[in-house]
Amino acid sequence: MSAEGQPANSLLLAVGQLTKLFGTFAACNGINLDIRPGEIHALLGENGAGKSTLVKMLFGVLAPTSGQIVWQGQPVRITSPSAARKLGIGMVFQHFSLFEALTVAENIALSMDPGVSLAKIAKEASDLSHAYGLPLDPHAHVADLSVGERQRIEIVRALLQNPKLIILDEPTSVLTPQEADRLFETLNKLKAEGRSVLYISHRLEEVQRICDRATVLRHGKVTGACDPRQETPSSLARMMVGSDVAHVSAEGTNSKGTVKLEARHLSAAARTPFAVALKNICLKVHAGEVLAIAGVAGNGQGELFDALSGEYPVASDDVILISDKPVGTRGINARRLMGASFVPEERHGHAAVSALSLSDNLILARSQSDRRAFLGGGPLGLIRQDAVKMAAKRISSAMDVRKSGENPPAGSLSGGNLQKFIVGRELDRQPTVLIVNQPTWGVDAGAASRIRQALVDLAKSGSAVLVISQDLDEIFEVATEIAVISEGKLSDIYPASELSREKIGLLMGGMYGKTETAETAHAH
Amino acid sequence: MGIFEAMLLTIITAATPLVLAAIGELVTERSGVLNLGVEGMMVMGAACGFIATQVTGSPYIGILAGIAAGALFSLLFGFLTLTLVANQVATGLALTILGLGVSSMIAEPYLGQSGIKLPQIVFPVLSDIPFLGPVLFKQDLIFYLSIALVAGVNWFLFKSRAGLKLRSVGDSHASAHALGINVIRTRYLAVMFGGACAGLAGAQLSLVYTPQWAENMSAGRGWIALALVVFASWRPWRIVAGGYLFGAVSISQLYAQAFGIGIPSQFLSALPYLATIIVLILISHNRRMTLINTPASLGKSFVPDR
Repeated sequence: MSAEGQPANSLLLAVGQLTKLFGTFAACNGINLDIRPGEIHALLGENGAGKSTLVKMLFGVLAPTSGQIVWQGQPVRITSPSAARKLGIGMVFQHFSLFEALTVAENIALSMDPGVSLAKIAKEASDLSHAYGLPLDPHAHVADLSVGERQRIEIVRALLQNPKLIILDEPTSVLTPQEADRLFETLNKLKAEGRSVLYISHRLEEVQRICDRATVLRHGKVTGACDPRQETPSSLARMMVGSDVAHVSAEGTNSKGTVKLEARHLSAAARTPFAVALKNICLKVHAGEVLAIAGVAGNGQGELFDALSGEYPVASDDVILISDKPVGTRGINARRLMGASFVPEERHGHAAVSALSLSDNLILARSQSDRRAFLGGGPLGLIRQDAVKMAAKRISSAMDVRKSGENPPAGSLSGGNLQKFIVGRELDRQPTVLIVNQPTWGVDAGAASRIRQALVDLAKSGSAVLVISQDLDEIFEVATEIAVISEGKLSDIYPASELSREKIGLLMGGMYGKTETAETAHAH
Repeated sequence: MGIFEAMLLTIITAATPLVLAAIGELVTERSGVLNLGVEGMMVMGAACGFIATQVTGSPYIGILAGIAAGALFSLLFGFLTLTLVANQVATGLALTILGLGVSSMIAEPYLGQSGIKLPQIVFPVLSDIPFLGPVLFKQDLIFYLSIALVAGVNWFLFKSRAGLKLRSVGDSHASAHALGINVIRTRYLAVMFGGACAGLAGAQLSLVYTPQWAENMSAGRGWIALALVVFASWRPWRIVAGGYLFGAVSISQLYAQAFGIGIPSQFLSALPYLATIIVLILISHNRRMTLINTPASLGKSFVPDR
């Protein structure tokens, strides 16, 4: 597309000096952005770069503090989402704005012209979804649908408005590679119809694959506008992060020691109707190894973590072993006392209490396992605040945790910084076994690479590390061994060097056993 | 008139205020607002309905006054919880206490006066049907209204677009806001509908059930109505079933006493709550049913981030 020097009125959307202040904090600061008809335009940036704030202003959810929006040559004020939809702007949210208690058709009806009957909407939605290769049952309750299916509702809902511009906020973060491929086909179809797509992502590979142009944001400002195909991933990353992202080095982690963590035919029934039952899971993690477990969300990752950490102990002792000792029925603290450490998925309310200070969070996690260091007064167990605060300080500086004040509440830290603190809290113990669930979910690139490097370094120093993650980039960065979990079953464990993304994708889809049989099955 | 028929008529009279207050609270809760002030709004409706009837001589004006009193009183709740974002539980409790106090104060001069009973509306021909006729077609306006309201609410919630919006606000107010639905306005309207229904239920007490004014005459019916909403798992027609069941239980106390059956009346008056606890256990056991019927945003305050 050679559209250089196009007159402004042939642009679909031109944003000029758009600013949004929250108090004195500028979430978006003088943003310029233009979108041409029929292009897929990437909006790149880390967490907190202002991407979501910008698109919320474009979709009328937030009101800009200053600046202007020009739509097809006309300056406009977008005061509400319905005003945006009237102009021809559709939006697919990252955290879906769906109603679980309602059916697919009812969800779609909420954003449609009230004059249209529900039956007609159901029919149109069903037709449209098939035309774009996104099959949907309009009468299903959203509560019963998978994440991928829920995203389809959002896309179909946006498409039913016949929009000229569709905004997608981090659409692939919840999809399998195959589902993502399908989405890209849909996006190319939209582009061929002359519609424009504003594609928000921090995944460079995807952006290079499907986007025509890119605008990069950092700290609320535009730091680059480019053709992503002319750039390298590292040059794009530089624009996003501002400096080179430290490359995680996994070298020298492959010296196999003794088995530190083992699961022998671990099975566990689903605790709730929406949980996944674990089926006959066998795994071994040796000292010096990083075993990564890949899989799409909701395939038993949380349940596996709960069983291994002892949050929900299993029925018999000898299905889980830590340093060769059976621990299946023991609770978290018993396992921690044996040298294991755990980092659960949810930062707020699970790994940390948001309203408590960092030092309080530290003592909550380690009051038993580091009793001698942090508690005094014999049986009284008085907290030695000085020792705890010193340790919190040590962890913060070791993990480069950026915070306001000496000992702020956990909830005041950004996601990345809190996650660094939580991982650091466990690493500080020098655990022999570390189990982490989604270590860098929703964490910006700089913090993510810091956390990943710490995991690799721990393995290098002779500990066994188990990482449960949905992020394939992360898995390939840290893992020495990889297995895939799907519907509560674990695949064989493969050396990381032997697996490709495609193979992992097939395993994620439940193609078990030998990869060869999976491939032949796929070929048919 | 047989004893069974007479019992049925008293059950209807006892159940109607429960159904009315509960159907209003159901709409309020479906929008995501938990208004624990039903008892207070009800007793305000009873007081104002009675006063207006005594002053004008027309129980129909009394009905209107009861509705208006409930709606206005709920508006106070709406202002505190929706505009000023006060805690819904605490505000609801305060509303109940305030309602009991204010109603006693304003209706004090009318204590002991005998009121005017709301006349029955008799459907010709239909009311001559043996047994069913007098039970269903020889009732007062408020009874007919209660059934019509349940049918109307059911249609509104599950068939109309506005009802869909209301349910969406109750399910996820942030998503509803992102779709451009006016969350606060929807909730104001739902709260006021709930207040109007509670006020009407109160007017039924002082115009039909016992046509006079007595302090605290709602006598805990507002709380039963709240329990009834949960008992009905937020489905309108189940309110009727539950309301008549609870009504029957409360009437059975009287009959048990009259016939000298040795069930402690305290046990009978505790039955509705016991039934509600059992239903709560059953619902929470089935997570899918909870997800589909319980308003997920119930009791949560909404502050748009604009």
